[in-house]
Amino acid sequence: MEEKITTRRKVLIGMTAAVGAAGASFAVVPFVASWNPSAKAKAIGGPVKVDVSKMQVGQKIQVAWRKQPVFVIRHSKEALDSLSKVESKLDDPSSLKIEEPYRDVNPTRSTSNEYTVIAGVCTHLGCAPKYYPEMESQPWDESWVGGFFCPCHGSMFDIVGRVFKGVPAPTNLKVPPHYFDGSILTIGEERGTA
Amino acid sequence: MTQKSSGFFNWINARLPIVNTYERHLSKHPVPKKVNFWYMFGALASVVLIIQIVSGIWLMFGYENTEEGAFASIEYIMRDIEYGWVIRYMHTTGASMFFAVVYLHMFRGLLYGSYHKPRELVWVFGMTIYLVMMAEGFLGYVLPYGQMSYWGAQVIISLFGAIPYIGESLEIWVRGDYYISGATISRFFALHVVALPLILIALVFMHLVALHEVGAGNPEGVDIEKHLDEDGVPLDSVPFFPYKVLNALVAIGIFGIVFSIIMFFFPEGGGYMLELANFEEANPLVTPEHIAPVWYYSPYYAMLRAVPDKLGGLVVMGAAIAILFVVPWLDRSKAASIRYKGTLSKIAMTVFIISWLMLAWLGTVPVTALRTTLSIIGTIIYFAFFLLMPIYTSIEKTKPVPERL
Repeated sequence: MEEKITTRRKVLIGMTAAVGAAGASFAVVPFVASWNPSAKAKAIGGPVKVDVSKMQVGQKIQVAWRKQPVFVIRHSKEALDSLSKVESKLDDPSSLKIEEPYRDVNPTRSTSNEYTVIAGVCTHLGCAPKYYPEMESQPWDESWVGGFFCPCHGSMFDIVGRVFKGVPAPTNLKVPPHYFDGSILTIGEERGTA
Repeated sequence: MTQKSSGFFNWINARLPIVNTYERHLSKHPVPKKVNFWYMFGALASVVLIIQIVSGIWLMFGYENTEEGAFASIEYIMRDIEYGWVIRYMHTTGASMFFAVVYLHMFRGLLYGSYHKPRELVWVFGMTIYLVMMAEGFLGYVLPYGQMSYWGAQVIISLFGAIPYIGESLEIWVRGDYYISGATISRFFALHVVALPLILIALVFMHLVALHEVGAGNPEGVDIEKHLDEDGVPLDSVPFFPYKVLNALVAIGIFGIVFSIIMFFFPEGGGYMLELANFEEANPLVTPEHIAPVWYYSPYYAMLRAVPDKLGGLVVMGAAIAILFVVPWLDRSKAASIRYKGTLSKIAMTVFIISWLMLAWLGTVPVTALRTTLSIIGTIIYFAFFLLMPIYTSIEKTKPVPERL
């Protein structure tokens, strides 16, 4: 009899605890979910348009999309031809580790054969890498062949944003969705999705 | 238990044990009769905590927690509010001084083995306080929304991105946006002024309750509980009041002078306490030439940079803090105090201090190949000091610890 009561108590305690735990986990949901981006934050960040026809060969411009920097670089033919030469220094020359939207379309990684469009956000800890196009010795690399250097933690990328071996950044700089309409570049959406 | 001075206090005390508590934890609390200046930093830390709470509340009167208004509201506090600059510099100097006294307090613990049995939990609560302080300091640094606020936060929040699978969504969840925006500032504000201070105060309370249960240590590592008088009070102890209190007042006085000199004459601390880039409003499109943390995080930042791998860097940095928690179980020495430990411990301690200071410097300067190598060496020494501790503390010969203080 005594034992039966003890067992029954244990079952009741277990059931009460289970119901309580279930209720508590439901109660957590609004607190956690309220930290997600609000509807307002999601609504901001439509595509941006920029005219790239005035860019000089070798020039880099910076465009803000979703308040984050996007780099547009106009390459010379020689620069694009030399891309394969740095591949031995690169960690992932064909961008296999990330979702590459325009893989094998152009050596520029973009939808254009002359311009590169990459997110200016280092894949390490989010700083904006700086553009050093000159092929000359730099404090961080004596045999620098031109590209991006992140001042925060020393990650290096080539002129189309592919990451070097042995640096903190794990992957190549991302390529945002974009398309060209003549010389008008639209960043933030694919052609025809608007 | 004790003699009550008046009927009024008797009446109160029968309902709320304030007199008992006051006597037990303050006036009559026994403390070791011989300690040195290293034992003052705990008291100083509580003084800074009060300074931070008061100046923080006063800053809230003028601060605006929005993306558009944050930076301007700091300027408003600095220029338009009467004595606003004193309040703000008190808070920023207080942040640095909080870490300064806590680092010295922690170093005292390492030096004299304050974490030895039975004070393990005192140490663990102390380390938790340090961890919460680091989070508190970081959140506070983001609030002015200057260039270094923005990019420092960008780097720290991106650390979450190193966590496999959930990293990227976690980053967005922490920011509440796709960049560090007003949504981020307002939640950091709430955490900085309400949530973490509540936790901090609760932890300080636990730290002190645990300390008073086991009693304070001393630089000799002598267990004063072994020799008690007929009332059960340690023979080598003195009551907290007046001995410790008057001692502490002198220390607080000296500390107040140092604090004021910094606050009035060097509030920027040469760019190590308030970074010059933070006098410019946040610009999400331009990273400053050189991103460095304020001095109190720099050793760990140097470790992060030493590892050429995103997840690896995060793990090393986390482990560097985590390992501090288990120090009470790494030290196998019979002697608590460095005074009675062997030569190996003394060498290890010296090398550790030098490498920690070197890492602190490396974390504040731009990267070069040589500095990266030095950071790697410093990181290895840091971990070796702790991981080899069970070995060198158990094989070395210690000197006999005296019976009495």
